[in-house]
Amino acid sequence: MTAFEAGAGYGGQNRGGRPVTILGGGSEPLVSHADGSPASRRIIVGYGFWIFLLSDIIMFSAFFATFAVLSSETAGGPSGKDLFNLTNVAIETAFLLLSSFTCGIATIGARARNDLMYYGGMALTALFGAGFLYLEIHEFVGMIAQGAGPSRSAFLSAFFTLVGCHGVHVTLGLLWLLTMMAQVFAKGYRADILRRVLCFGLFWHTLDIIWVAIFTVVYLLGSG
Amino acid sequence: MFGRLTWDAIPWGQPIPLAAGGFVVLVLVGGVAFITLKGWVPFLWREYITSVDHKRIGVMYVTLAAVMLLRGFSDALLMRSQQAFAFQSGGYLPPEHYNQIFSAHGTIMIFFVAMPFVIGLMNIVVPLQLGVRDVAFPTLNSVSFWLTATGALLVNLSLVVGNFSRTGWLPFPPLSELNYSPDVGVDYYLWGVQISGVGTLLTGVNFVTTILKIHAPGMTYMRMPIFTWTSLATSLLLVAAFPVLTATLAMLTLDRYLGFHFFTNEAGGNVMMFMNLIWIWGHPEVYILILPAFGVFSEVVATFSRKTLFGYRSMVLATMAICLISYTVWLHHFFTMGAGANVNAVFGIASMIIAVPTGVKIFNWMFTMYGGRVHYASPMLWSIGFMVTFVIGGLTGVLVAVVPADFMLHNSLFQVAHFHNVIIGGVLFGMFAGYTFWFPKAFGFRLHEGWGKAAFWCWFFGFYLAFMPLYVTGLMGMTRRMQHYDVPEWYPWILVAGLGALVVLAGIACQITQLVVSIRHREELRDLTGDPWGGRTLEWSTSSPPPAFNFAVLPHVESKDDYWYKEHSLDRRPEPEPQYQAIEVPRNSATGFVCAFFATFGGFGMIWQIWWLVIVALLGAFATFVVFAWRDRTEYEISAEEVARIDRANRLARSQARAALQAAE
Repeated sequence: MTAFEAGAGYGGQNRGGRPVTILGGGSEPLVSHADGSPASRRIIVGYGFWIFLLSDIIMFSAFFATFAVLSSETAGGPSGKDLFNLTNVAIETAFLLLSSFTCGIATIGARARNDLMYYGGMALTALFGAGFLYLEIHEFVGMIAQGAGPSRSAFLSAFFTLVGCHGVHVTLGLLWLLTMMAQVFAKGYRADILRRVLCFGLFWHTLDIIWVAIFTVVYLLGSG
Repeated sequence: MFGRLTWDAIPWGQPIPLAAGGFVVLVLVGGVAFITLKGWVPFLWREYITSVDHKRIGVMYVTLAAVMLLRGFSDALLMRSQQAFAFQSGGYLPPEHYNQIFSAHGTIMIFFVAMPFVIGLMNIVVPLQLGVRDVAFPTLNSVSFWLTATGALLVNLSLVVGNFSRTGWLPFPPLSELNYSPDVGVDYYLWGVQISGVGTLLTGVNFVTTILKIHAPGMTYMRMPIFTWTSLATSLLLVAAFPVLTATLAMLTLDRYLGFHFFTNEAGGNVMMFMNLIWIWGHPEVYILILPAFGVFSEVVATFSRKTLFGYRSMVLATMAICLISYTVWLHHFFTMGAGANVNAVFGIASMIIAVPTGVKIFNWMFTMYGGRVHYASPMLWSIGFMVTFVIGGLTGVLVAVVPADFMLHNSLFQVAHFHNVIIGGVLFGMFAGYTFWFPKAFGFRLHEGWGKAAFWCWFFGFYLAFMPLYVTGLMGMTRRMQHYDVPEWYPWILVAGLGALVVLAGIACQITQLVVSIRHREELRDLTGDPWGGRTLEWSTSSPPPAFNFAVLPHVESKDDYWYKEHSLDRRPEPEPQYQAIEVPRNSATGFVCAFFATFGGFGMIWQIWWLVIVALLGAFATFVVFAWRDRTEYEISAEEVARIDRANRLARSQARAALQAAE
């Protein structure tokens, strides 16, 4: 966290004579929470977003549980062994992991106000994310074309929903990513914008964590 | 162009829904016309609709709950009267209409009465109790409220356009699947609950962050009032349970719209998945509702017994224990599904264990009253009524946690009596206690005490008359949701239950009268001290209603019940005037209202499969977020002079009111 703390321009801190914020950051010195003092705006926003991400992970856990129950209910149709192409999945995984790295670069770039690192990192993240999505859609279309669409069996319903829900998150993430690039371009590295970049980073890394679980539970166990 | 929507969607041939729907539309149009003609629209837009102030949002939540209570209760009257008439006859409600009524009653009472009431009180009170100026994310708070309102609107729209679900308050498959429920009823349920559920989830995120991260200086965890603790537990449950509801309803939606096979009888779908998933959300939901009510009782009992709460630490521990254990009992809703004796035993025992921390709380409240100077004001009446009633409801709950007994009582009116016993006697009594208790804080004048007491007694006896007979008929084998029946032994009990519903109606009439009388006589009921009850927690240290910034300077907390001890210490001196500073408060934002506008049309489009409307709504919602994100000024400043002017006036009014009170004594 020290790199984050050292970064310039986070809000909520009161420097001589500036008005007190509604969140009570105000004239109180920033001390640890244990003694009951308010936290800075950046901590609050990051913390709140983490709570939201936890709820998102719980939603995924419901889809994972359903997939676990229904994974053998193929209704005479194809199973994972017949359908999954592990090479494709390996490339998807590589794309997503690399995009997390470039997303980290972009976050550091934003904190350092380094345009090349920020825009370059974000653009690479967008490319890797789009590449991932292309491969996923390609996989889905191929499966549907050979009659293994989501209404074929309960297994395929659970598969398309779990993996597709992750895909929808990546799509929304891309939309958010482009919005964030436009925001920094229009407004500069403002404190509130930097907080949103931080949240976007958390969101993108969480998608990685969920993908690792999907990779293991759906693809590796399903191909075995 | 309009998907499945045609003129036939309006129930021209059914007089009862048509008349009811027409009446509601008339009231709505009349209300809007009246407000517009009176010129109140700018005021409402500025002070409420676009307000991001937690107190205003709380008031809107409670108002929504009150209006929906009238809707849900009229459904209850229809059901009770139908059963009173339907002994050895068909009654006056045809089955397809009766089924919609009990489904709408449960859906509305849980999602649009109990939830908004609980969240509304949390909104009004929690930031004040923490001694801070707002919640963590004020605009998100407004979005949450308006999404909840959207859900309520969609569910009520089904009265006039189309029809509502006939599957009960939870859409159990396979009945709720497309094969058996081909019309829009279940779709209204799915989209109404889904949209409001997103709002509720965001409330949970907001309040977890607020309570854990934003405090007045010195407000450590073990100094937080119990209502704030219970709000924390509820918010944690919201964050952990509502995503499961979102996922479950999404799966049912995919089944219905795109032919997936999650819960169908074909292609490997598994109905039992739905039972498990919906109750993994559904049982924590019960505690989401009751925990804040426990918090209200803790504040009320301590205040009106003039004593600090007995066993504060055990209260905190019991609250958090319930928060955890509430996740390990869901299977008791379907013991009869046949998960096996051992599985049933584990969940049966867990369901009995969760009664232990609840029992701890009951004893804590009783010991708080013991030796106190108990003042029987109406909030205290609700609390004592709760203690008596809730113990009965809790005991019948432990009874049905015994698996063999549950096999006999499953799906009977005994169940219906049990959960109404805990939800009316627990949640609703708690919310009414909180409403009476904090009304003067929100509006600056008290509610009329006489009408409040009359309302309490009507509700109290009405509840017993309405639901004790259902325990009896349940034991006699009467199942729930019966449109008609032929057993003569049940008939007299059903008539008594109907009478009970009428007594509750009298209670509701008293509450409406109380509100009207209180508003008309507000000058006599005015409270200028900010502390009409001799309160113990920080919300009573500021004026009523509090200024936009709540506290001119943040209080410094040194102990539990800090405000009480500072007020009542022997060497109490008038506080010196603080050094006022300028305060930034968040600017109003129409984001929530506009989001809800698009969510309403998006949901309506999904229900009737008007796809272009859905796309337009999604684009609109994204555009709203971008516009919100592009704002440059998110806060406005109240200058130090203005803060000083407001606070000096409040302090003066407060000290004069107190001097007058002391002179009167």
